[in-house]
Amino acid sequence: MNIKRFAILGAVFGALLLPATFSAASAEEEISLPKQDWSFSGPFGSYDKASAQRGFQIYKEVCSACHSMKLGYYRELAGIGLSEAQIKAVAAEQTFPTIGDDGQPAERPGTPADHFHSPFPNDKAARAANNGALPPDQTLLTNAREGGADYIYALLTGYEDAPAGVKLGDGMNYNKYFPGHQIGMAAPLSDDRVEYADGTKATLKQEAHDVATFLAYMSNPELETRKRLGLRILMFLAALTCVTYAVKRQIWSDVHH
Amino acid sequence: MVGLHKSEFKNPVINWIDTRLPLFTMMSKEYGVFPTPKNFNYFWNFGALAMVNLVIMIVTGIVLAMNYDPNTGNAFESVERIMRDVNYGWLLRYVHANGASMFFIVVYIHIFRGLYYGSYKKPRELLWMIGVVILLLMMATGFMGYVLPWGQMSYWGATVITNLFSAIPVVGDSIVTLLWGGFSVDNPTLNRFFSLHYLLPFVIVGVVFLHIVALHITGSNNPLGIEPKDKQDTLPFHPYYTIKDSVGICVYLMVFAVLVFFAPGFFGDPANWTPANPLVTPAAIVPEWYFLPFYAILRAVPDKLGGVLMMFGAIAVLFVLPWLDTSPVRSAKFRPIYRLLFWVLIVCCFVLGAVGAHHPEGIWVILGRVCTAYYFLHFLVLLPLLGKFEKTLPLPESISQAVLPAAAE
Ligand code: HEC
Ligand code: HEM
Repeated sequence: MNIKRFAILGAVFGALLLPATFSAASAEEEISLPKQDWSFSGPFGSYDKASAQRGFQIYKEVCSACHSMKLGYYRELAGIGLSEAQIKAVAAEQTFPTIGDDGQPAERPGTPADHFHSPFPNDKAARAANNGALPPDQTLLTNAREGGADYIYALLTGYEDAPAGVKLGDGMNYNKYFPGHQIGMAAPLSDDRVEYADGTKATLKQEAHDVATFLAYMSNPELETRKRLGLRILMFLAALTCVTYAVKRQIWSDVHH
Repeated sequence: MVGLHKSEFKNPVINWIDTRLPLFTMMSKEYGVFPTPKNFNYFWNFGALAMVNLVIMIVTGIVLAMNYDPNTGNAFESVERIMRDVNYGWLLRYVHANGASMFFIVVYIHIFRGLYYGSYKKPRELLWMIGVVILLLMMATGFMGYVLPWGQMSYWGATVITNLFSAIPVVGDSIVTLLWGGFSVDNPTLNRFFSLHYLLPFVIVGVVFLHIVALHITGSNNPLGIEPKDKQDTLPFHPYYTIKDSVGICVYLMVFAVLVFFAPGFFGDPANWTPANPLVTPAAIVPEWYFLPFYAILRAVPDKLGGVLMMFGAIAVLFVLPWLDTSPVRSAKFRPIYRLLFWVLIVCCFVLGAVGAHHPEGIWVILGRVCTAYYFLHFLVLLPLLGKFEKTLPLPESISQAVLPAAAE
């Protein structure tokens, strides 16, 4: 019957053409990214909290010297397992401008309700300190790049000597995975760049994996709630569909169609 | 007692109201006993699904608007505050953003259902044309909504699309200035897009109402494309189609839920997670997926004005389709050649979608031109000729006649 043909053909076209349609926007010089295993992928995925905490340590000790995280809040660190006291302590390490009781500009320590402190007062200052290149805000960085956490990992581990014949611009570095290969950020990570509080061996790969996990968390702090709620809603809908379909069969049982 | 309605409802309260304002009688007539062909397949669910989708968009949209700030300096941040600070704000936003995609999927299937079964033919021409108006309004709404989060693709998409109007001779530049509210896409543009994005869905509600009124005058088409003759051919809408639509709605909600909860970024563009920046052009400016086939047609023509005309022409041909298709037979079931061409058209639309997503280079240019040519050939040449030359299969005597032997098998 027609409906079957419709459905089968539709499915075949869908399967063949949709990926081509949707994936390919910027596919001109597509560099394929090595895929990593992420704790948070898949319908049951959740963040590896130990890894995300190590990642936060790297963000704090390395990346935050240049990159802001200005849409994220200190309180969101609860989602990677920091206690309230730890979060308060982290926030209090920074000072924020305020108006004192005397009406004069003053400073106050940060609180969990504050956005992450930015390293530079504005973009111009950030560029000036980075040879003209702007370190992008990291709050939504994994969402804002094709490949997400895989891209962050690849970028951080993708520094190499420029191949013969490639002339690097002033202050530029060669990276396999950066579009155009010339990036204004020097390799921020290397073996033993940090000393992990939990004793994990700080290889470059480990560091890149951890910080990518942390950045993925900051981009999608709702991920665990979202997937948990999604599973429950899908189970409910599946049951509802079965019941509704049974009732439909029952109602239609006396109709020849 | 001139105009009082004679209500048949027993309940005294309902009867009292119905006598003065016969809403209950109307609902019962239009959705209770309304005679509906008994041979619908599941493609007849998609109208109801579109209605559900419209309601979902309006409800989530109104709550989003309570938290959204249409100012270029705050818009991106306010959307991110919805994601992080508003209770279940991420759910609202992902339902609304993916709801737009679901809406277009549902409506495109609804439209192609109409094409396959000839639902646009006499006496349903006006019903069909009202549908095309809804599609246009949805496109305007979707386009302006996508600008609101004020990401890179919002900004650059708005710039590219509004600039198209400058191709119109004489008044083009004035139209663009009017759209922008100035001399570039900026705060006034965002303000007016927000205002219109709030308004248009309610206009859609009004036009959907007309669509339904027209439908209930002509009655529904059906997979055989022949009119019901007597009571044997129809069923009361309730409970038969209320329950069948409910099954469809459940399945639709499951698909929707998979998207929202497990792949909320599937249809999105990563570039829109970066705030708009007029000084940095993204590597590729790509519209939302539901515009890609039209975008491909636009770029298939080397001339700007020509491209714009073709793009609007692609919708204009749908508008006059009832008079382009000259065949007296509705359903493709009985039109062997039309059925083939229908599938060619479907393939062309998908290919155009893929073309729209790629840089216009090499094979993509050729594919874009060939499929654009076929699209117009299909509607403007093949359909008018087919009515004259196609040998259609014999139509069944009635719906129940066609249906009963099949049921006996
Ligand atoms: C010394 C300053 C500095 C430090 C420290 C630093 N970055 Fe960067 N980063 C930059 C600059 C500058 C750019 C912009 C580069 C460009 O656009 O050429 C950048 C860009 C990036 C990008 C974006 C690449 C793209 O696709 O646009 C990522 C991802 C990134 N940094 C991650 C990190 C991570 C993770 C850390 C910490 C481990 C880090 N950075 C530490 C300066 C820094
Ligand atoms: C016809 C129905 C509608 C369609 C197709 C539609 C479409 C869209 C789209 C595509 C977006 C961008 C989503 C994103 O990337 O975040 C959006 C955003 C938005 N819409 Fe709608 N919309 C509809 C109805 C409404 C209504 C009725 C309202 C309010 C009354 C509304 C309010 C908003 C707001 C405030 C945003 C910005 C927040 C955000 O980006 O998530 N929408 N809409």
